Amino acid sequence: MREPPALAQLRAQIAEIEGVAARHAHLAFGVEAIDALLPGSGIAAGALHEVAGSRELADDAAATVFLAGILSRFEGPVFWCLRYRDLFAPALHLAGLHPDRVIFVETASDTHVLTAMEECLRHPGLAGVVGELGKVGLTSSRRLQLAAETSGTPAFLFRRASDPDKRTEGSAAVTRWRVRAAPSEQLGIPSLGRPRWELALERARGGDPHLWIVEGCDAQGRIALPAQLADRPAAQDGRQAA
Amino acid sequence: MRRVVSLFLPSWPTDRLRRMAAKPPEASAPLVTALPDHGRRVIAAVDAAARQLGIQPGMTVTRARAFAPNLAIVDADPDDDLEGLKRLALWAGRRYSPLVAPDPPDGIWIDITGCAHRYGGEEPLLKDILRRVAASGTTIQLAVADTAGCAHAVAHHVPSGRPTIIAPGKAHAALSILPVSALRIEAGVAEELRRMGFERIEQLIAAPRAPLAKRFGRQLFKRLDQALGQIPEPIEPIFPPTVPRVRRSLLEPIGTAEAFGQVIADLVGDLIPLLVGAGIGVRQLDLLFERVDGQYQVIRVGTASPVRDAAHLAKLLAQKIDTIDPGMGVEAMTLIAALVEPMGPTQRTGLIDSGRRGPDLAALVDALANRFGPDRLYRTQPNASTMPERAIGIVPPLSPAGDAGWDDDSPRPARMIVPPEPIEVIAALPDHPPAMFVWRGKRNRVAQADGPKRLHGEWWREAGHEADMPFAVRDYYQVETISGGRYWIFRLGDGERSTTGPMKWFIHGAFA
Repeated sequence: MREPPALAQLRAQIAEIEGVAARHAHLAFGVEAIDALLPGSGIAAGALHEVAGSRELADDAAATVFLAGILSRFEGPVFWCLRYRDLFAPALHLAGLHPDRVIFVETASDTHVLTAMEECLRHPGLAGVVGELGKVGLTSSRRLQLAAETSGTPAFLFRRASDPDKRTEGSAAVTRWRVRAAPSEQLGIPSLGRPRWELALERARGGDPHLWIVEGCDAQGRIALPAQLADRPAAQDGRQAA
Repeated sequence: MRRVVSLFLPSWPTDRLRRMAAKPPEASAPLVTALPDHGRRVIAAVDAAARQLGIQPGMTVTRARAFAPNLAIVDADPDDDLEGLKRLALWAGRRYSPLVAPDPPDGIWIDITGCAHRYGGEEPLLKDILRRVAASGTTIQLAVADTAGCAHAVAHHVPSGRPTIIAPGKAHAALSILPVSALRIEAGVAEELRRMGFERIEQLIAAPRAPLAKRFGRQLFKRLDQALGQIPEPIEPIFPPTVPRVRRSLLEPIGTAEAFGQVIADLVGDLIPLLVGAGIGVRQLDLLFERVDGQYQVIRVGTASPVRDAAHLAKLLAQKIDTIDPGMGVEAMTLIAALVEPMGPTQRTGLIDSGRRGPDLAALVDALANRFGPDRLYRTQPNASTMPERAIGIVPPLSPAGDAGWDDDSPRPARMIVPPEPIEVIAALPDHPPAMFVWRGKRNRVAQADGPKRLHGEWWREAGHEADMPFAVRDYYQVETISGGRYWIFRLGDGERSTTGPMKWFIHGAFA
């Protein structure tokens, strides 16, 4: 017997009130070429994601703004756990993440970052939790993934100064991103154009690795594909290590 | 490890009089207090000036006058002195640790076990005490040690303008070299011991106990053992009389986290109605564990805004249970609302959950602040400053939203390098952007650049760099390297006049 539509609607409503639906919510990048490759066509809320730059500070800066762009489009306050104070908060604003929405938690070590993240992830209703750290073990990442699933809050492990050539140990994150600065368009005048990044999806549970050249976040936190550049599959790029 | 601070206030009665008097006795005149004693008047307390002249407690007033004709004499009031000491202890209790007690006639105890981390260590904590007490015009000597007896002995016998820290486990060594009179024994006993040849405590430790105990009573070795930490010496803490406080004595000693959790829930349940009745919320909560052996253990939690939500408070306390060493068991627990603030009846009290879906930020912020320290949580707000490193204001995490935003035109690196690091640059002076820079041993060729943008302001003097040179100008460039990395570099000085800066180049941040 089929369920009457009214009942189904009611169930959906209850699910939404209870926050169950949020577990399955996905935030699309709004760039078709990227979203099409992601399971659920976007960044899953209620899951753990990994984002890395490289040993170059400029790449870590790009990853920072990439994260800010994603978080700015989720609703609610953001908890950003860091080990030291080198993040320049106004830059987050540039990607649409207002400073009033971000609470920083400055902890002294990787372990404390993980503790703080887990504590934050027990609280539903946050836009996201970011933890900047160097290393993370499989067990710790599993705990975070579980906590994120329970609360429906997206969690981001921001691997600082991570070496792209080194094989990273496994983690329970559903996606792993690497953001690196790429040469921007030459404007021909002494001024810089919109920044470009080499955005690599190094791992996606239920999806394939891929690499794009994108234009950095705009004031609404959206990235875009440059007009004259087509995307290419990851396998063709020598630097890619999925 | 237990850590006890002993404050010794050598001129407490006179310092107190000076502070309290509307018209203080002249600062230069020596001040003493006097007590009647068998028809004479005897000096009870002396201030520093009088002590310097050789006037000592126990002297007759007549004799003291011979030392200083302009001596100011006030009647002593030991009861008032003790009251003042209690008030000082309660102040310390609010500020440092709830385990405080007066140590009459001229000192207080503070048990700072597990409290020092909030001040960044014992030394900053002690310096804070010293600075604040000294600022009120009170002469103070203080020491911290593993035992109350040792701290007391050191505070009284090591005159120093700085806190004396006896490292954990070093009580024995510290006591050894002090005179026997440091043991808080009667003056007569100390004198007699000295005549028998016992100058220092180490001699007493080495001596056979039985004959001495027979002669002087058990008190002598009790004090010695207390100071050495061989028998416990709890300090009986005092509490402010007016704050809400609930206590539960337990039928039998408990020691497990589950049992503590249950008692915490009961105590919080007892406390909430008191808070509701008084229209207040808690900002700071102390939970005291009275152990079977008479020792006290304490948990202190703070909240960012007034709270009287039972679940919230119980959770904050429960988070810290693992810091408690139950020893042989805990036989009573006391919950003290050490700091309260008015709280309107409209706010939720825990009985009625409004069912709102927004995150309970206050609870999360409190949980994190109690784990990592309240100053580790912050939000940022624009700060009016020309220099980028000072453009960020740090505000408490739950402070109201600021409406001002950052200037959208000024460049904002995502990652700052603080302080800026010197780099080597190849550039055509004065206005051209660099063509290449070397940072941390790596060459970076510049593909394109934006700038210069000139910032005027003081040089970052507080960082201690070239503090005496008032450089006023920095020329900033945003550069993009061949590989696409964007950096923020600047030249100190305008490139023309050396008074504006030494033409050195620095890297200050990285852009996305």
